[in-house]
Amino acid sequence: MALLHTDGLTAHYGDFQALFGVDITLDQSEVVAIIGANGAGKTTLMRSISGVLRNAPGMVRFDGANIGGQPADEIMAQGVAMVPEGRKLFPSLSVEENLLIGTYGRKTGGHWNLKTVYDLFPILRERRNNPGTALSGGQQQMVAIGRALMSNPRVLLCDEISLGLAPVVIKDIYKAVPAIKAAGASLIVVEQDIGQAMAVADRVYCMMEGRVTLSGTPDTLSREAIHNAYFGAAA
Amino acid sequence: MIWVDTIVQGILLGGLYALFAAGLSLVFGIMRLVNLAHGDLIVMGAYLILVLVTLLGLSPFIAVLIAMPIMFALGWGLQKFLLNRTLGDDILPPLLVTFGLSIVLQNALLEGFTADSQRLPTDALTTASVQVGTISLGVMPLLTFASAILVIIGLNQLFYRTSLGRAFRATSDDPVTASLMGIKPANIFAVATGIAMIIVTIAALYLGLRSNFDPNIGPARLIYAFEAVIIGGLGSLWGTLVGGIIIGVAQTVGAAINPEWQILAGHIAFLVVLLIRPRGLFPRAHD
Repeated sequence: MALLHTDGLTAHYGDFQALFGVDITLDQSEVVAIIGANGAGKTTLMRSISGVLRNAPGMVRFDGANIGGQPADEIMAQGVAMVPEGRKLFPSLSVEENLLIGTYGRKTGGHWNLKTVYDLFPILRERRNNPGTALSGGQQQMVAIGRALMSNPRVLLCDEISLGLAPVVIKDIYKAVPAIKAAGASLIVVEQDIGQAMAVADRVYCMMEGRVTLSGTPDTLSREAIHNAYFGAAA
Repeated sequence: MIWVDTIVQGILLGGLYALFAAGLSLVFGIMRLVNLAHGDLIVMGAYLILVLVTLLGLSPFIAVLIAMPIMFALGWGLQKFLLNRTLGDDILPPLLVTFGLSIVLQNALLEGFTADSQRLPTDALTTASVQVGTISLGVMPLLTFASAILVIIGLNQLFYRTSLGRAFRATSDDPVTASLMGIKPANIFAVATGIAMIIVTIAALYLGLRSNFDPNIGPARLIYAFEAVIIGGLGSLWGTLVGGIIIGVAQTVGAAINPEWQILAGHIAFLVVLLIRPRGLFPRAHD
């Protein structure tokens, strides 16, 4: 049984329909990448799974239970954490406080705590008393990932974690993925950089205009098939 | 020497205004909600203490301890079941609802307690004074000022030393992302209003001990509180104390020049600060 799956997931912004019956699955200890151009519906998919964008009950299941339609805080409490697009650090909190907010209202326990997060991203230990938003983009992304990890999630949703970062910084951030996976979390990674997605993922879904247009393992997907799924067959 | 005395009395009066304002500042700082019923809630708190004093024969200082949890529960429920429904991008609904609440409270208090002025029973402590050099300081103004300092220290400790405080600040920054951290913004807002009502109760104690009160004086307390919050910078608690002191000193200096100028001098001081520092003296960097 899949750890998390969406079943005909639809999403709307007012009258505008952004997702049209999206089916994806995530298995235990798996890294799934969602690729697609701007406006493909990747972020809407993440917002729908995490509960930021409420959807009809039954469209998202986690560990066999329905989480569709639940608010974000309840979904998070069940073990699905998100690293939102644009990092979204809390400006009035220091780096350490941003990390600690990930543990709010929960008992401590599990692999991830301040020490293990600092071990994963040592630069954050040096900057722990700085305001979160005073850091470089890459360091802010590390805080955002660490903050989500502090809740010891079973599923980590990463939305465009490479957005706006230099290639060398992206490399540093993606180096953390194996450690996160080894600690027991499964990941869904939204990524526009196809090469990065292929390198890190066990399976890949390609989206276009709110629909999944291609799926498979990186070694079975041809460059041409990805190109067609990414830009449309006529491109 | 009379001017030193006047200014010291003004500073101590500022403590009372800071107490009026601290709850307003807390609620605004966390949820950007301007509670126009704040002054009436202070008056309601004073009546609650009066009822407890009358029915149970308690000292006001003991009665306030019973009133605090009652007012917390009231604030929690008010936010959870009424005010949370008004929050959103539009600032008008909370203003209208709290304005309506202000009218409801005034009329309910009028119905329940008549328009007669009331005062909490005073004892030797409330009229005692201490001599500092040539200046005589009332024990009650000193207690009020000390309480204001303690309330602000307590709130700062809560904000910067506890996980609840972190949740307050995170929710204030970005409620949607806070919900991704497992925080329920609606509950955080309810707890914040509950805490604000505890401060309201402390303010009500000193209001009732230091002056007469009746159901209609709430809006004037709101104005003083509002001015103190704006002078200090929206959301800054120490700024709120400074704002209260500025109004208090302006009022006592104004009254020393001409007793009719007391209230006007406070409002003029508010306008002068606004002209010089439109965002207040200690605005938050990221508002």
